[in-house]
Parts: sequence; C-alpha cells; structure tokens
Amino acid sequence: METNTQKNIALIGNPNCGKSTLFNLLTGLNQKISNLPGTTIDKKKGVFYIEDTKISVTDLPGTYSIYPNGEDERIAINHILDQINNSVDLIVYVADASNLQRNLLLFTQLADLQKPIIIALNMMDVAHEKGLTINIPLLSQELGVLIAPINSRNKEGIDHLKSFILKTEASFQTTYFNQINKDKSLTNFSNTVSDRVVKSLENNQEAIDTISKETEERYQIIRNTITKTVRKSLINITNKTKQIDKFLLHPFYGFVAFFATLFVIFQFIFKFAEYPMNWIEQFFSWFAGLVHSWIPEGYINSLITEGIIPGISGVVVFLPQIIFLFLFLSILEESGYMTRVSFINDRLMRKFGLNGKSIVPLIGGMACAIPSIMATRNIENKKDRIITILVTPLMGCSARLPVYTLLVSLLIKNDNNFIDIRGLILLSLYLVGFIAVLLFSTIFKYLLRQKEKSFFILEMPDYRIPSLRNVGLTIKDKTYDFVFNAGKIILIVSIVLWFLASFGPKDNFAKIEQKYQTYELSDKETLIKSEKLEASYAGIMGKSIEPIIKPLGYDWKIGIALITSFAAREIFVGTIATIYSIKDAEDEKTISQTLSEQTRVGSDTKVYNIATIVSLLLFYAFAMQCMSTLAITYRETKSIKWPVIQFFYMTGFAYLMSFVAYQLLS
Amino acid sequence: MKANDLIDGQKAVITNVSSGKFQTKLIEMGCFVGSEITRLYQSPLGDPIAFDIGGYILGLRKEEADYIQVEASNGN
Repeated sequence: METNTQKNIALIGNPNCGKSTLFNLLTGLNQKISNLPGTTIDKKKGVFYIEDTKISVTDLPGTYSIYPNGEDERIAINHILDQINNSVDLIVYVADASNLQRNLLLFTQLADLQKPIIIALNMMDVAHEKGLTINIPLLSQELGVLIAPINSRNKEGIDHLKSFILKTEASFQTTYFNQINKDKSLTNFSNTVSDRVVKSLENNQEAIDTISKETEERYQIIRNTITKTVRKSLINITNKTKQIDKFLLHPFYGFVAFFATLFVIFQFIFKFAEYPMNWIEQFFSWFAGLVHSWIPEGYINSLITEGIIPGISGVVVFLPQIIFLFLFLSILEESGYMTRVSFINDRLMRKFGLNGKSIVPLIGGMACAIPSIMATRNIENKKDRIITILVTPLMGCSARLPVYTLLVSLLIKNDNNFIDIRGLILLSLYLVGFIAVLLFSTIFKYLLRQKEKSFFILEMPDYRIPSLRNVGLTIKDKTYDFVFNAGKIILIVSIVLWFLASFGPKDNFAKIEQKYQTYELSDKETLIKSEKLEASYAGIMGKSIEPIIKPLGYDWKIGIALITSFAAREIFVGTIATIYSIKDAEDEKTISQTLSEQTRVGSDTKVYNIATIVSLLLFYAFAMQCMSTLAITYRETKSIKWPVIQFFYMTGFAYLMSFVAYQLLS
Repeated sequence: MKANDLIDGQKAVITNVSSGKFQTKLIEMGCFVGSEITRLYQSPLGDPIAFDIGGYILGLRKEEADYIQVEASNGN
C-alpha cells in the first residue's frame, strides 16, 4: 500500500451468504456493474469511506469452491484469483453463520493463498434462530483470523467489521494445505491450484481424485473446528423453511402456488405494462410532432422525427416490461423461491433440453422476448441457458397480436357464431408457438455438444423476506444494462430501417412529388406516401425478394411489409396500410375491407385468400421478425453466432411451414 | 444403501461417494464420508429430491443421489 488513505478489499463467499446485501449496504449507490469479458457474470465495484480512508470494494462472483465445475465458473474463479493476486489488499470472506461447515470450505482454500483475510460472519440472527451458539473468540483463534459477527440485513455489526477492515494489515496463519499435504513438493497452494484446475476440466480422473481427496480432508479439519466452537441447542426447533416447503412443494398446492405466481407475473408484463407503454409511445410521438414543427422540412427533420425519436421510443418502450419482470424475478430470487421453481420443474423441462428455471422466461415470452431473454441469466447451466434463449422468441408475444388480429379478421369475416372462432384461431396460434418451443429445444438438446457436465446439485436456501434495497438495485442495473447495451443496437438498426424506407435511388422521390403537383386530390398525401414507399430501397428490396416469397403466396407488397416489420412485428399493419394507400389507417375495419378487395395482377383471384392468410399467420408465428430480440440475444450470449443461428432456424422454419400450408391450401 | 433409498425424514450417514463426474461437486457441497444426511422431500414430479446436508437443504437429481452410499442411522 502506498498511502494510508486507500485500501482495496474484495468480498468473497458462497452463493446465498448475503454477500451482495453486504456489498449494497456498504456502497449504496456508489457502485458500478460490468461483466467479465465474454461472459454475463457480474463484476461489481464500489467505493465507501471509513473515516478518511477510501475503501474500494469488489464484489466477486459467489462460488462454493476454488475448483470450478464448468466454463463460466472457471472464468469467475480465474477472475477471483487474478484479483486476489494483483489488486486486493484484504479479502473479506463472507460466511453464512447458519451453515458454517460448508461455508468454511472456500475459506480454508482462500486462506492457503496467503493473503490478508478476515471473516464477516453473516446471518447471525438465522444461526440463533436455528439454535446455534458460536464461540466466536475460540473460532477466531482456531482459524487464525479476525471474525466480525454481522447481520447485513439490519446493519448489525457493520461498524465492528469496518474497524477490522481498517486495522487488518496481515492476519493469516495458514497451514491447511500443509496439514493435508505431507508431500513436501506441494508447498505452494496457489501454484498447485491452477495446475489441478486445468487437469480437472479436461476430465483427468487423477486430478479429479486429488481434488476430491483434498476437499474431504479440508472438511475433516473444518468438522473438528466446528465441534469445538459451535454448540447446537438440544431443543428441537421447528424449521420454518421446511414447513413452507411442505406447502410450496406439495404435489397439489405446490402447483397451485406456482401457477398463481406465473399468472401474477404474466398479468403485470402483459396487461399492466401496457398503460405505461402507451404513455411512452404517446409521449414520443407528441415530442416528434413538436420537433417536426421546430426544424425546417427536409432530411434532418425526417432523420430526427422519423428515425431517431421513434428509434429511442422503440428502446424506452420496453422498460415497463423489463422493470415489472425484474421486480418479480428479484423478489423470487431474494425470497429463495426461485430455486424451488427449478426444483418443481426440473424433471419436466429436462426432457426437452431445458432447465427448471426456463419456465419463467418462456411464460414471459408470451408478453415479450426482450425482458425474458434477459431473465435467463439466472440459469446456471450454459447449454440450458442458450437453448432457452434460442427458443423463447417462438412463444407468441404481444407484438404478434395486432398482426394476428388483422389477418384473422380477413379469414373470418363475420364472427356471429356461438363459439368465438377468431378467438380459437388466436389460441391455436399461441399453442403452435409453444409446440415449436418444445420441438426446437429438443432438437437443440441433441445438436449442441456439451463439454460440461449437466447437473442439478442445487442449494435451496432458507426462505427470507426480500430486501427492498437489493430488489431496487437489481431493477436499476437491468434497466441501465438494457438501455446502454442492447438499446444502442436497436437504435442503430431502426435508423437503418428508417433510411431504407424513406430513401430511394436516383430521383425517384422527386418524380413522384412532381407527378402529383398538378393533381388536386383529397387523398393526395396518402397516395404520395404509398408511391414513395414503393420507390424506396425497402420497396426495391420487397420487390426483389418476390421470387423467394412467391411460393408462400406473397406478392411484393407483402414483401415490403416483411422487410419493414423486421424492426418489430406490429409494423406489418402500418406498412400494409401505407402500401395500399389506406387513408383511415387507424381503423382496422377499413384495412381489413381494403385488403379483402385486392386481386392479383392480371387476374381476379384474391390476394388475401385462405391459403395466403394461413401462410402469413404461420410465418409471423415462427419467423424471427424482431431485431430487438436479436440485439438482446447478442448482448446475453456475447457472441454473434447465437443471434445468427436464431434468425436462420426461426425464419427457415417459418418459410418451410408457410410454404407447406400455402401449397396444400391453394 | 443409496441416498435414493431413504424414505422422507430418514437420517443416515454417508459412507462413500462414488468416483465419477459428480464426485467433486457433491463433496464440495458437503456430501463427504461421515457427514449426516436426511432425506426431506421430493419434487411434486418425483425427481429431484431435497436432502438436509449438515444443516442446509440440497436438491439432487436421482442420478446424482445415486453416487452417495449411506448407512441409515438406528431409528429415524
């Protein structure tokens, strides 16, 4: 250390030990979150002061052991070792006092790295409730470190911990590794670790055996320490968690509680999020109108009011759903129920290559794939997580609804039947999407090679009341992450799409303006808009893909709509209205009426016959018509490979299904 | 007997953890020889199963619990 005014500390501990709660308590809003390179593992840094000393604190990923069990854990642990060796003055080891035995394993491993270390013995209240009495002075003496008993939930013991952080220069007395290894050649633990890690990840049986043996011997030492220092009350204490589990994991009530939870989440992101989403859209369109009147007509005006502002609106509009979904997800995580969700669904989802936790993103996908794909981050197994990300957009999302509604109204003109046929068709479209989810997750299960061992060895932590501070900070992090990472890509792509739809080669647009100059028609504006779209780059692209989409029953007009609605599916409706110069485009009946009158060029066969409509419905059910989803898939997988695969498998399958449907029906 | 063969609420002591792909992970989570294990309850669909391992709850799939050999304590 150069000066007395700065100290770098790192928080390390098992998952569920209350490490993040302590980190949030210490740093408040003075924290920055980022990802480890190439991963979505969080890396949090923050600052706080003890008297005049500035303390930089790093919240390192939670882990049970220094030996990783998979690729992501390896990256996390390499990061931990790197931090410890290069930039940390003091390790604050956070341990759950109510589960001391298992929490001390990682401690003994870290102590062997010979860095200054102290223990923040957290959850003293829970330990007390469980009837555990810990002789802290004796434990401190046995382990050879300072121990500060704390309750990060209610700030108990924090001042004590801070004074330890300030005064600890070097406090270690590490002998664990040497106690275990009689072999004198293995005296340096940190050198041995990296060697064993590499070998064990290559599934070297000898290395695995060595690690297993070392771990067992560490536990024997820990057990001796615990026998000496922890007294368990002889009175049998009723365990609250086990009692709640009896209900929440009950074969009947367990499912009732689970589906009720899903229903509430779904209501919020599907129904209640709609209001703020409408306000956001109204605000931005009002704002665009305002700006439009400020700036002189021209390209700059168009770029800002039709490109940039709607682009930003298209990012911000997702925030209500993201906020709601992460409000519930973080409550589920914090309360301990999330691991039960895994536990309940593991058997069913495993068959389809999914994970017990996949069910939350899938249900969320019925509202919107964006927050749902973000929600896959708590799926620990990488393969399960990738499969969940790939298939979630097949769930019928709310952006498909306007497209479905328009097309179904063309299919069933008068729905005066006793049974609501339109409703039934909509329902079957959602069902078809879900079947595709199961089909493709099964296919990916076999296609994706798995280097890592898949397991469900999952700690099910005690139920606890979620901390508001933690929930709030999670929501803040997720919103920030979405806006500044995926949001950037969404904005850029929407500006590109705006450009394609608003510009054309040569002087196409000028000619159209000229042509209509002499006319005095009431619907002049609508006609110009329609012709301009046709003459634009998007129009030219729509025409050029006509040969490809003809076997599906589509003409170039639909082709243009396919291209513009790549921004978001619901844009299909607006584009169709523009291209057919439908004046009163707000009214769905008018659009429906106009479309049903359209005939194919050079004949009187209708364009929107049953075959074409069914083909279009299936196309929108399966095709990856959403650039925002691709952006978020890129963001969450940190690789261009997965959004590309997602695009091609979905759109390819859509093409195939629409082709078959059209050819059979026409 | 294996950890799978215990009935709900039955206590046992771990006598061996078979070598194989889950061995290290199981030991790290506290399933080492000599540790106490109690079967708590199973998932509504029958698999996975929750165990009490030295004071905390650990969920294991049946195929993983198969790696753990136990000796049931006298009585329950």
